[in-house]
Amino acid sequence: MNEVTPVEQSDVAAVDPSCARAPVGMLCELTHRCPLQCPYCSNPTDLDRVASELTTAEWQSVMRQAGELGILQVHLSGGEPTVRKDLEEILEAAVKAGLYTNLISAGVTITRERLMKFAEIGLDHVQLSIQDVDSDNADRISAYKGGLAKKIEVSQWTKEAGMALTINAPIHRQNIHNVPRMIEFAIECGAGRIEIAHVQYYAWALLNRGSLMPTRESFMTAAKQVEHAREKYKGIIVIDMVVPDYYAKFPKPCMGGWAKQILNVTPQGRVLPCHAAESITHLTFDNVKDRPLADIWLNGEAFNKYRGTEWMNETCRTCPRKEIDFGGCRCQAFALTGDATNTDPACSLSPMHEEWAKVAEVESHSTPPEFVYRRVGGAKVTVGGT
Amino acid sequence: MTIGQYAKRERTMITGDCRPSIPRFVKMRHDAGRGRWILLAPERVFNPDEIAVAVLQKCDGERSVADIAAILADDYKAPADLILKDIIDMLQDLSDKGVLNAGEPTKS
Ligand code: SF4
Ligand code: SF4
Repeated sequence: MNEVTPVEQSDVAAVDPSCARAPVGMLCELTHRCPLQCPYCSNPTDLDRVASELTTAEWQSVMRQAGELGILQVHLSGGEPTVRKDLEEILEAAVKAGLYTNLISAGVTITRERLMKFAEIGLDHVQLSIQDVDSDNADRISAYKGGLAKKIEVSQWTKEAGMALTINAPIHRQNIHNVPRMIEFAIECGAGRIEIAHVQYYAWALLNRGSLMPTRESFMTAAKQVEHAREKYKGIIVIDMVVPDYYAKFPKPCMGGWAKQILNVTPQGRVLPCHAAESITHLTFDNVKDRPLADIWLNGEAFNKYRGTEWMNETCRTCPRKEIDFGGCRCQAFALTGDATNTDPACSLSPMHEEWAKVAEVESHSTPPEFVYRRVGGAKVTVGGT
Repeated sequence: MTIGQYAKRERTMITGDCRPSIPRFVKMRHDAGRGRWILLAPERVFNPDEIAVAVLQKCDGERSVADIAAILADDYKAPADLILKDIIDMLQDLSDKGVLNAGEPTKS
């Protein structure tokens, strides 16, 4: 799966702080299995095996508990969520629990019949990922043949069934030149929204950073193209963009703030404040098999650890942006400084920022190494192309 | 398979003659826990205010925007032309965000 942008609390009115206790969204990684092998996949490099996945009944219970807790939207993701044969039953429980349902899929495993069934059960939104609009390059990036043609079919079935369609386009060095064509592609598909998401360098993407990092120039070009397209296609398609923080001055409010808006459930049932949180090795995570979801959200150690602003170091605590970006990404701070309470090096106020930004400069101008494809073991192979 | 069949080519402009409705994939519900109305849409949650809720509840694909404005003008004892302008602005914004079926009058 690819990064999900934090759900915006509100476009129409200010957020009422009294309700900040319930998460807005829940990201469920139903499985880590996936027929594709994207080298930027945000799944952990140590993938959960199929035998350890939560059962149908366990996922259904998660959905019910989410509804009771006041969660509004559920993102059914993976890996590839549709490889679970019981997706219908899990979806049904989510719909019954009153959740707004979003399927995040690469599309290649979906049949028309099954998608219509999802619609009938009450699926609201399909978020379909593409690897590129050039079919050969898409095949090479995902190490999967003929994916794009299949995705086109799925997009049309989604529209036929009256569901909302988003095209999700993770971008990086090897497809960033196609941003305008990706937007046109999404419009042709009938998507109401496209998410141009720069790859975020965790997990597999971190392993592959040298082959994925775009140059600052190509990033700036893409940003301008998006800006232009937003004007040109106003009222036709909504364009959301996630920028790479290597080229930003301030970090992103990762997950809209730690333990503030979103929770993530892994295939095995561990509940995380963000999908990369397990990279912070000293945190322990509760499992839905052992503890009620609401209790985990409210009282879980990992959730309370970096919730709010109390835990911050001096730089962030005294900064006027602390309620805007919450000090950036804890996982990135931990990975690069060894201490998760440090200011995210993506921030220009971090003492490590310069050194860190240089990495992007150097890597994006070097010859890209071969992809390390996302698969159990992550062996190096090349599939066609250059 | 060819694409294009579902492509939106032009921005829809909301007028008094449109008969808007809320698409299948947008859900308006009262959120008891948070004590307010919410509009659930793809990757978005909107908090409509009281007037917005009153308008959206009347967007049934039958009433025109002008009809809705007339009802609201009556309910809130406010000048109809002012209300109509406000409603058009609000619905235009929702339409641009892809969370409203505009129900444009069929062009002849
Ligand atoms: S391999 Fe690609 S399609 Fe599969 S889950 Fe990862 S990013 Fe998504
Ligand atoms: S110092 Fe901390 S709070 Fe301030 S902008 Fe940087 S990361 Fe955000």
